[in-house]
Amino acid sequence: MNNLANALLDRRQVVASLLRDTADTPGGELLVVTGLGSTTYDAGAAGDRPENFYLWGAMGGALMIGLGLAIAQPKRRVLVITGDGEMLMGLGSLATVAAAKRPNLSIAVLDNGQFAETGHQSSHTALGADLAAMARACGWSAAEIVTDMPSVEALRPRLRREALFATIRISPEDVTRFLPPRDGAYLTTRFRAALGVAPS
Amino acid sequence: MTTEPWQDGVYAALKDAGVRQVGYVPDAGHSRLIDRSHADPEMTAVVLTTEEEGVAMAAGAHLGGSRAVLLMQSSGVGNTINMLSLPIHCRMPLFTLVTMRGEWGEFNPWQVPMGSSTGPVLQAAGVHIRRAERADEVVELVAASARLAYDCAIPVAVLLSQRLIGAKVWVK
Repeated sequence: MNNLANALLDRRQVVASLLRDTADTPGGELLVVTGLGSTTYDAGAAGDRPENFYLWGAMGGALMIGLGLAIAQPKRRVLVITGDGEMLMGLGSLATVAAAKRPNLSIAVLDNGQFAETGHQSSHTALGADLAAMARACGWSAAEIVTDMPSVEALRPRLRREALFATIRISPEDVTRFLPPRDGAYLTTRFRAALGVAPS
Repeated sequence: MTTEPWQDGVYAALKDAGVRQVGYVPDAGHSRLIDRSHADPEMTAVVLTTEEEGVAMAAGAHLGGSRAVLLMQSSGVGNTINMLSLPIHCRMPLFTLVTMRGEWGEFNPWQVPMGSSTGPVLQAAGVHIRRAERADEVVELVAASARLAYDCAIPVAVLLSQRLIGAKVWVK
């Protein structure tokens, strides 16, 4: 039984909701890291902004980039948005980040149970793995599963105020591709500039 | 493991270079740096489950205007290879200290394959290599290599030779 059978959420609507009014974040503009693949496209489609750092590679690294950033910027809020496949590749980072206990870092995992980018092969979350349960077992004090839009709306302020892990079940339907900038040096430079970091 | 004076010198060099985050997979050769990092309120030390996490953490530190170092053993270098595309493509610094196994007086044959390929693999991936053989050169080498990594925004690895660290002694 595919546990995603009843998931109907549109990924673009979900990410647009998570990234609505990003200035309405304690400490200033929300800092966002997205995982390789569809979440990068989703965040770009919601509106490109310098405080978005899109991964186009480095699979499995999104949450750890978020950790380094959260430690470096303790007064700002960091939100990692990634997919089930990217999270599965970095499962150890669930334990590392829980142990590091940073209050200003949250993660939303868009779970369609598939490696959509490479031909919709089933991922482990469609085959029995429960990422929220793993997060709890790693020591995340708050780990939730969300399956409808009102709950996504309720999640938005919490992701900006708590250290929260959230699985959001989304439809595996393909959406129109949107490609944000992919030059990593450009993305890095403009992100640092937006934070007021002086160039070396 | 006894503490050698150069280990505190290396820690001071990291602090002087502006390092404020330490990601590590434990190794006996790094134990002094790990202990110092945890005891230092200016430093945030993060224990990793696997070495590539430290590469990604260093990228996040750079995005946030901070500096991180990755402490690992030669056997962990192989775990980092794809993640190295992150600092290299994004023109970010990466600074890592690698304690070598499988070379000087090694007891465990399982350490030899990765120890032998550590340098060539890092170089093939685009990482600049420096190697410390003697206690009297290591502090200066770390300080200069840290400048190279952070000021030029490139990946640099300092290999701390097994002769320097001391071969692990096994007692039955």
